[in-house]
Amino acid sequence: MGNLTPELEAERKKICKIAAEAGLDFFDTIFELVSYKELNAVAARGGFPVRYPHWKFGMEYEKLSKGYEFGLSKIYELVINTDPCYAYLMEGNEFIDQKLVMAHVFGHCDFFKNNMWFSKTNRKMVDAMANHATRVRRYVDRYGVDTVEDFIDKCLSLENLIDRYAPYTSSAQVVEKVNAVNGLNLPVEDSKKFTVNKEYMESFINPVGSSSQRESQPRIETAPSFPAKPEKDILLFLMHNAPLEEWQQDVLSIIREESYYFVPQGMTKIMNEGWASYWHSKLMTEKIMDDSEIIDFADRHSGTMAMAPGGFNPYKIGIELMRNIEERWNKGQHGLEWAECKDLDAKKNWNTKAGKGREKIFQVRRDYNDVTFIDEFLTEEFCVENKLFVYQFNKQKNKFEINTRDFPLIKKQLLFQLTNFGQPIINVVDANFENRGELLLAHLFEGVELQPDYMYETLKNLQYIWKRPVNIATVMDNEGRFFRFDGKEVSSIAFNDLPKNESA
Amino acid sequence: MSILKDQNRFKDIIRGKIKDNFKKYVTHGEMIGKREKEYVKIPVPSVDIPRFKYGKKQQGGVGQGQGQPGDSVDGPGEPGKGEAGDKPGEHNLEVEVTMEELADILGEALELPRIEPKGNNNIDVQKNKYTSRNFVGPDSLRMFKSSYKEALKRSIACGDYDPDNPVIVPIRRDMRFLSSKPVKKPQTKAVVIYMMDVSGSMGEEQKEIVRLESFWINTWLTKNYKGLETRFIIHDAAAREVDEKTFFSTSESGGTLISSAYKYCKKIIDQDYPLNEWNIYPFHFSDGDNWSGDDTRFCINLLKEFFLPNVNMFGYGQVESKYGSGQFYRDLEKQLPNDERIVLSRIESKDKIIDSIKDFLGKGK
Repeated sequence: MGNLTPELEAERKKICKIAAEAGLDFFDTIFELVSYKELNAVAARGGFPVRYPHWKFGMEYEKLSKGYEFGLSKIYELVINTDPCYAYLMEGNEFIDQKLVMAHVFGHCDFFKNNMWFSKTNRKMVDAMANHATRVRRYVDRYGVDTVEDFIDKCLSLENLIDRYAPYTSSAQVVEKVNAVNGLNLPVEDSKKFTVNKEYMESFINPVGSSSQRESQPRIETAPSFPAKPEKDILLFLMHNAPLEEWQQDVLSIIREESYYFVPQGMTKIMNEGWASYWHSKLMTEKIMDDSEIIDFADRHSGTMAMAPGGFNPYKIGIELMRNIEERWNKGQHGLEWAECKDLDAKKNWNTKAGKGREKIFQVRRDYNDVTFIDEFLTEEFCVENKLFVYQFNKQKNKFEINTRDFPLIKKQLLFQLTNFGQPIINVVDANFENRGELLLAHLFEGVELQPDYMYETLKNLQYIWKRPVNIATVMDNEGRFFRFDGKEVSSIAFNDLPKNESA
Repeated sequence: MSILKDQNRFKDIIRGKIKDNFKKYVTHGEMIGKREKEYVKIPVPSVDIPRFKYGKKQQGGVGQGQGQPGDSVDGPGEPGKGEAGDKPGEHNLEVEVTMEELADILGEALELPRIEPKGNNNIDVQKNKYTSRNFVGPDSLRMFKSSYKEALKRSIACGDYDPDNPVIVPIRRDMRFLSSKPVKKPQTKAVVIYMMDVSGSMGEEQKEIVRLESFWINTWLTKNYKGLETRFIIHDAAAREVDEKTFFSTSESGGTLISSAYKYCKKIIDQDYPLNEWNIYPFHFSDGDNWSGDDTRFCINLLKEFFLPNVNMFGYGQVESKYGSGQFYRDLEKQLPNDERIVLSRIESKDKIIDSIKDFLGKGK
């Protein structure tokens, strides 16, 4: 178990016990003591010790190393959502830091284990990632590093085009997708497959493109309207329908699977950090620290919670909301009666001594994600107290500036940022657009336009995979437009300018 | 650590990008301004992975803090949030490149051959290298870790060490000090002497060309010779030595006597750079308008008799200007035909700098 020094190990045991007594319920948690270089390397790979080779991890590493070496930034904690959980402590951090990190990590581990949005997560992801790495390396050996890396670049460019809620819905069609997430099992008859004991071995024992699978893989006829209804999981759609070689299909499936793995993290950022911070603060101040450490603790804690003016710190908003919920439920400040109370003074001093706060936050950490969390618990009082505001870009002044402190607008803006993770919602609507085998995507416009230069480049990457020209319908400069990349150049036409005989 | 592979891959990509756009950088003066001794900062076009995403400026966001509606805020992704890379306009990444790397890229992009130092001028330099340990020495060179380890070893051996109260008291005998060793290293020494015509006909644009060109020549030569020295001479009818800053900022006027610069250059070489020890690179930039034919003949004699036999290479760059006749280039060409030791180059505009660098450095001298 780990490689902690005797002092840290003693502390780990103590904190583990305290956390469990406080009601936290977590997987075994293994702490590793690593140097800053190793920590940066792991952090650069998104928390995993082994990932497929790609320059983006190198870029991240370079950023982190420079940040650390110049004393600009420092990673305190890093924890991977697996069973058992792995967490990293950095060599040379002060003792108080290590304790704080441990307390914080137990908060995360509890969240990973109990929050329902993590319930579909592959808890052996370390192994799966390592397997992906092996597969990609094999392709690199066979096809050359430039070819493979170039293709990975193209896949990564489309990485966010997945259906983030698919793993949580239960219609039959989606179950197939979830299977596909866990190792690309396209639907096949069981008799043709080998039995697999360990889930992560699946892709080795029954690799994609093995003859049996190929035969039975549904060849989809390009019917006049295909797909039958708009398809949000564009990566899966491409895997099934784009003219890819086997290794390319496999790489795409790897990128897709890893993309899905990181979905719950993104979905619960505010809650997860808020929960962990709530517990490190509570456990440290009540149980773990002695008097001599309080100043250092306060220093670290306030550093983590600091908000740059105009910035948004999920730690801060998370912990404040958690505390706010606990207080409200302790005092019974919820329900119809409270909501309808017009007397501000009475509202402020409202206290039914219900004492349900602790129970409530445990329930919240189980059932909510950031969207529902903000939607239900963000109150006007909270926004005023925490001085929240909405900022917008002012084109005349070429600056961001505060727009409003109006509660409904703050809430609307926050929810917009969180829904679909602040990513545009894009569907495949037609794979045989204009009966020419062109791909048509539709951007569900919600008032914010796509960034044009990024869109052009992404279209080019999509075209590389689809081979035929690709189109996206979106809104640009307040006008509905098609953008098309045919392999040579990007062109654009407004919906209104379309010839009348074509279907728009 | 395998992350280093990814990191090198990333660096390769950046180098590739720099190489692809190299011609653009060569004529970019701003880069030289950003030189910080060992690094230059180079703006590299996007190394981000493109996605369908919202324009940041359109989107706005939620922040926290004081202020009235209408007050400006820093906007998304400012320091403190720790999420690098979502600043507006981030796709113009500025990377730091060492001069060494830059020289490599220059070499690769222009296919420059490595310079063969002039024969028989390798001399030994004695240097002190602090590599060994000693029992005595000044406190400033005490090796803390080694001393501690010695003390720890001793106290464990004596049985004094108590793991629960790990206090180590070092004594004199435990101390270790860094000590030096003389090493002989062969070193090639080189000096570049830049001469520039600052007569009235050399305008801002011409000087900018000289500035850029000399920056790149320096970059390449520095890679080939450690401890490259540079000297600067400006001349109109008379020559004088100046520092680098003055070299590029002076504007004089008056006639042009190129021989004055050559004489001054000879004087510097005679005084400071013994011919058998130094690799010498004189470069002369002018618009080619000399005062008289007599002076030109004198210059050519000086070149034939003194410079060409003794220096590695003599570079003459002629910057085209509206006022210059460009006669000097033609005279040199006529008088010194097919002489390998003198390199002539015409630089018509900024865009031709790259060809000119190749003219100068492409011979591997």
